[in-house]
Amino acid sequence: MTTTKSDALLPAQGIEAPRSGRIDPKYLRSGSSKSGSFEMAAWVFMRVSGAALVVLIFVHLAVNLLVGEGIHQIDFGFVAGKWANPVWQFWDLAMLWLAMLHGGNGMRTIINDYAEKDSTRMWLKSILYLSVIVIIVLGTMVIFTFEPCLLDNSGQLLESSPSFCQNV
Amino acid sequence: MTQTKGTLYKGREGMWSWVGHRITGVGIFFFLLVHVLDTSLVRVSPEAYDAVIGAYKNPIMIVGEIGLVGAIVFHAFNGLRIILVDFWSQGTRYHRQMLWTVMGLWVITMIGFTVRHLMLFFEGWGGF
Ligand code: HEM
Ligand code: HEM
Repeated sequence: MTTTKSDALLPAQGIEAPRSGRIDPKYLRSGSSKSGSFEMAAWVFMRVSGAALVVLIFVHLAVNLLVGEGIHQIDFGFVAGKWANPVWQFWDLAMLWLAMLHGGNGMRTIINDYAEKDSTRMWLKSILYLSVIVIIVLGTMVIFTFEPCLLDNSGQLLESSPSFCQNV
Repeated sequence: MTQTKGTLYKGREGMWSWVGHRITGVGIFFFLLVHVLDTSLVRVSPEAYDAVIGAYKNPIMIVGEIGLVGAIVFHAFNGLRIILVDFWSQGTRYHRQMLWTVMGLWVITMIGFTVRHLMLFFEGWGGF
């Protein structure tokens, strides 16, 4: 190829692009098929959730591992302290939902790529969807039904209770 | 342009970053399944939670945590690179430079994280 100016490579006006009219409509992006718009939404969701997850997860890791005593500070009282604050409740809720849906959709892509038999694909995806639902429901219930100030049989506060329980 | 063997994609940066992105994504997904289960032990009892979370403070798990964070940091930075390739008008032109930037930032972040994590671990460690 001797031409370097890209203009010189453009087709002349009035001449149709190669293959126009010869592509099966199901491969065209313009027509709106139902699965096409779902896949498009999933593609956008992967990017939007990914960008949000960078912030959510990096802060999660920094607060839990890099400040204070790091990994050694994590125990029941630490979780109780965090979830006493609605900001951290919603932080974890957003992280749970976005990460599970993002990861679940990524796993769906991978199953579609590698599982060639229809029945295998169906089984793997059923297991995937079930696990995603179970984990999201469980994680959500844990955040909102959490009880920080537990009493023992004699009605005394448990030792592991965070200090704010004394004032309740 | 330098002369290249084979194709533009196969065996080159584009393919390896995709392999890395896929493997780290799967790894993080399975970690998260277990992680929500271990966190849910706060609803069983404080003792159950503390016993299981205690495993995260074992030297072997400390190494595992560095690996997990390494996977997250790569997937996160490379994910941002994918987003730039898709939406930034110059994205496809600079995809290779951006991958080297991702690797450079990954090394810096991981040196910082590993040093801090190990220091905190040894400070609070009671020995075997
Ligand atoms: C070694 C690294 C990690 C440690 C030590 C850790 C620790 C914790 C702790 C102590 C909690 C309880 C609540 C809180 O602190 O906010 C928690 C909850 C949570 N973490 Fe992590 N985490 C780690 C990595 C991750 C990663 C990489 C993700 C995301 C992929 C993640 C996602 C979550 C979610 C979604 C919850 C809420 C769980 C629920 O709803 O029951 N964590 N984590
Ligand atoms: C930290 C922030 C994150 C960012 C910026 C990010 C970004 C991305 C992007 C841009 C894709 C490509 C989607 C596509 O090709 O259409 C992707 C795929 C994927 N992500 Fe993430 N992600 C993040 C966190 C996570 C987490 C926490 C998980 C697991 C729970 C995860 C699991 C996956 C999986 C399994 C794939 C599919 C890989 C493939 O098809 O090869 N990601 N991610």
